[in-house]
Amino acid sequence: MQRKINIWSSIDWLTVSMYLVLVFLGWINIYAAVYNEEHQGIFDVSQRYGKQLIWISAAFVIAFIVFIIDINFYSYFAYIFYGILIFVLVSVLIFGKEVHGATSWFEIGNIRIQPAEFAKIATALALARYLSSYNVQINNLKSYIRIAAIILVPSFLILLQNDTGSALVYFAFIIVLYREGISESILLLGLFVVVLFILALIIEKLIIILLLIGILFIVFWFINRKLKFTAIAIGILLFLSGAFYAVNEIFKMGVTYYYIILIALGISGIVYIILSIKYKIRRVVLLLIFLIGSVMFTYSVDYVFNNFLEQHQQKRINVVLGLESDPYGVEYNVNQSKIAIGSGGLTGKGFLKGTQTKFDFVPEQSTDFIFCTIGEEWGFLGTFFIVSLFIFFLYRLIGIAERQRSQFSRVYGYAVISVFFFHIVINIGMTIGLVPVIGIPLPFFSYGGSSLWAFTILLFIFLRLDASRLELLH
Amino acid sequence: MDSFANRRHIIRFIIILVGLIFIIRLFVLQVVDSTYKLTASSNVLRYVTQFPARGLIYDRNGELIVYNEATYDLMVVPDQLQAFDTTEFCTILDLKKEYVDEALKRAKKFSRYNSSVFLKQVSSRTYANLQEKLYKYPGFYVQARTLRKYNSDIGAHLLGYVGEVNEKIVENNDYYRSGDYIGISGIEQSYEEFIRGKKGVSVYLVDVHNRIKGTYSNGRHDKEAVVGSNIISTIDTELQAYGEKLMANKIGSIVAIEPSTGEVLSLVSTPTYKPELLVGRKRTENYVRLMSDSLKPLFNRALMAQYPPGSTFKIINALIGMQERILYPYTKYDCNGAYFSGRFRLGCHIHRSPLNLIESIQMSCNTYYCNVFRAILDNKKYPSIRESFDMWREYIMSFGFGEYLNSDFGNELKGLVPTKETYDRIYGKNGWKSLTLISMAIGQGELGTTPLQMANMTAAIANRGYYYIPHIVKEIEGDFELDERFYQKQYTKIDSIYFEIAIEGMDLAVNGEAGSGSTARSAQIPDITVCGKTGTAENPHGKDHSIFIAFAPKKDPKIAIAVYIENGGFGSTWAAPTAKLMIEKYLNDSISVPWWEQHILNAEINYNNAEKD
Repeated sequence: MQRKINIWSSIDWLTVSMYLVLVFLGWINIYAAVYNEEHQGIFDVSQRYGKQLIWISAAFVIAFIVFIIDINFYSYFAYIFYGILIFVLVSVLIFGKEVHGATSWFEIGNIRIQPAEFAKIATALALARYLSSYNVQINNLKSYIRIAAIILVPSFLILLQNDTGSALVYFAFIIVLYREGISESILLLGLFVVVLFILALIIEKLIIILLLIGILFIVFWFINRKLKFTAIAIGILLFLSGAFYAVNEIFKMGVTYYYIILIALGISGIVYIILSIKYKIRRVVLLLIFLIGSVMFTYSVDYVFNNFLEQHQQKRINVVLGLESDPYGVEYNVNQSKIAIGSGGLTGKGFLKGTQTKFDFVPEQSTDFIFCTIGEEWGFLGTFFIVSLFIFFLYRLIGIAERQRSQFSRVYGYAVISVFFFHIVINIGMTIGLVPVIGIPLPFFSYGGSSLWAFTILLFIFLRLDASRLELLH
Repeated sequence: MDSFANRRHIIRFIIILVGLIFIIRLFVLQVVDSTYKLTASSNVLRYVTQFPARGLIYDRNGELIVYNEATYDLMVVPDQLQAFDTTEFCTILDLKKEYVDEALKRAKKFSRYNSSVFLKQVSSRTYANLQEKLYKYPGFYVQARTLRKYNSDIGAHLLGYVGEVNEKIVENNDYYRSGDYIGISGIEQSYEEFIRGKKGVSVYLVDVHNRIKGTYSNGRHDKEAVVGSNIISTIDTELQAYGEKLMANKIGSIVAIEPSTGEVLSLVSTPTYKPELLVGRKRTENYVRLMSDSLKPLFNRALMAQYPPGSTFKIINALIGMQERILYPYTKYDCNGAYFSGRFRLGCHIHRSPLNLIESIQMSCNTYYCNVFRAILDNKKYPSIRESFDMWREYIMSFGFGEYLNSDFGNELKGLVPTKETYDRIYGKNGWKSLTLISMAIGQGELGTTPLQMANMTAAIANRGYYYIPHIVKEIEGDFELDERFYQKQYTKIDSIYFEIAIEGMDLAVNGEAGSGSTARSAQIPDITVCGKTGTAENPHGKDHSIFIAFAPKKDPKIAIAVYIENGGFGSTWAAPTAKLMIEKYLNDSISVPWWEQHILNAEINYNNAEKD
């Protein structure tokens, strides 16, 4: 059942005001970042702030249009939008223009459009449509596969465009899946994989395998609560490892400890299985499979890291993990960025007074590193304000998402939150050296039309859905 | 229905937690930690790039060829400028006021906050004067650079030169910044990566009075420059100098290779230029002048000029004939002053007849090779000429023709060996036969080879069947090794026994008795058995080019050489004696018959025809 409501009075004006404030502050900082004495007019379209003013005006028009469209339009056409964007992503790979090594742009006259920015919206809508469909249970294999396909297909296509940052954004949709009730064990498994990946890169495989074995015995004890079994199992492994170690030493075979343990583990595994069948101990095979899977995974990480990631991506990860020092390249950027932000002090150097963020000191200062300008010119007070504003903005969006009566609107809302959250965390995090340098824009702040429009559409579809929430009766 | 609503609290918690972490981090960065803060607002950081000296270049005997000289670039940061006494400033630097205004405008346009070059390559003396007064000119500072210096005037083409990077390189290569130097040709270009070293950077704190107050955060952000690796080239400076001297008033080139290693002993291309012309402030001016010179001194003929190989190619055809078993040392062909086939006639010179294989090389008989070439292509073993031509072509390519040799020279040419498609296009698919291609029997026609390729071919003959890719660098100092490919034998498709027969012919061509018809007796050296072959490249624009290839000694060859003298006529006239002098110089370090040297030095070749091209 539905009823008609005046959408203008039910729009969430608080969010709209925050949006306007953020866009305005963004523009101010782009102006400061590219400011020079020769070009002072704010409407000078040869300068980035002049152009950004045009993008902003267009964004307002787009927001208005998005807002007056009928609410059902978005859910009815969700899959169609998704299909169109997949098509566009494929064609940009074929016909796109290469900028900074990424083939992610369409060029129409003087305007360059980056379809990857808009693909987020389509994916959010498609995900919302799927999860809100009648009779979809999130926790079964069929759903897992479909959800993974909806999220990962565009991500993969964007990865092919060599735009790693935008491709990673899709992993933020885990927040949506979490809220919609995906099983914790799936998330834990995912978390485990990520942790294992990082560990495989920074510590030796021998230590990892020892850790894994330790964890496994603890888990085994938790499941069965029999100290005797656990002790026997540890004893078997220790005995076999010791025996192989002795053989290796006596005959000077030169096998590394890692392989000694691996062999010992292999034979103990067989013994465990035999014993577990004899004494009817539960889940031994499952645990062993898990262990073997983990060992194989750590083993393949090196391979994936060395063969699938490009050199500059490896470098970024290595720099953040502290494995590599590169003061000229990535680390240089982060250092410059930290110097710029750090030099702002408590109150900042003042509007247009920044010296570090001008020109080449900080790279990409009006796009990916715009936060440096805020940090330098407005100081801690400024960064505190902006970070708080973003957090409050997200908090508010969660509030709005939770008051939705339709699951479609709620899922979409969380998708919006996920995308914003990911962009904010990664972008600000990289400027202060907490996360790897991944080139994605700071919502509403970074220079560029595509991202501003995409974020605007993303947000205003949600506000449109929210404005009509009372039309839907329970 | 919505049983997971509680999870919203966790999501909220995570978001707020991340926000808190960020705020704490920002607080530490901006308020607590003072390393990132600059004490006073007037203090600025100055990033001074430390340019390493380029590696030195030595010859194969350890003689220094190229080294460096200190020079200074005066840099400016427009935003740190203050009003200053222009008159005094101009006097110190010997500049006009207009230049100062112009240069400052340019610097401001480039960037107000970043330094750019105000005046390039200030001499050490001017620098000494300026140094004392620099405190009066905030915003200016001096950056040390190096320029190339040369011990002699030789080897301009093979050493190459250094110039500023262009915008395209800056865009595509992270290492270079506008204003950096880069090797543009020769060794400087091919070994740029090793020779340039690695730039460093020092970060200084500078106060309002343009005084360096110290390093920023104890040099934690500094990076020391790494001096470029020295290069030991394969060149023999003495031989190179001698070659350039011999070729001084001629157009052409000499390439000499050590067959047992592929090392290039000398590489002469004339006319040449003094390497020091392309260094420093006058570089651009000199470059423009050299570019517009009608004799093209910048053009490296040894690598980039393509000529037909002429009669030297008969050796290759002889080898192919033997390998294909249609030609034997005792095979004889008649020659009546020309080769006839129906109404076709290809002339030869007067010599006795008939000749066997060895004599045919000795006397360079055209008729003999027309017969050999047609026998190769009309071999019944192959279904049609298309297959036999492919076979022939593969042999040719195995000597390093028609493809890049992959030497360490930046701009070698492929040369030209036609494919069957070339002929299909000209004559139609079935429109050509062995007679159509007959001029290639004697190395004319559609063939194009560079002097480097010819020297390499000679090395392959000297080695009896294989060559090492020619290269100009012997060793890179430091933990670097030459590319693997320079140590691998490249085998031709001919068995070594056949080379012995061809070499007998080359021996006789040089060392045959007077009156025996030997074509290259002008290359004889007492006590050294030189094996050689003359050639003449047809030149549609003027007098033919004189070619000579040779190696010596016959057993255990130490040098293989190719000499090209444009418009020199027959190979025996100018090229052969030039080669002989080079060989003698290298092997004996003295000239037995000074008369020959004078003869070559005084040679007058008329280039009036050539200049019309």
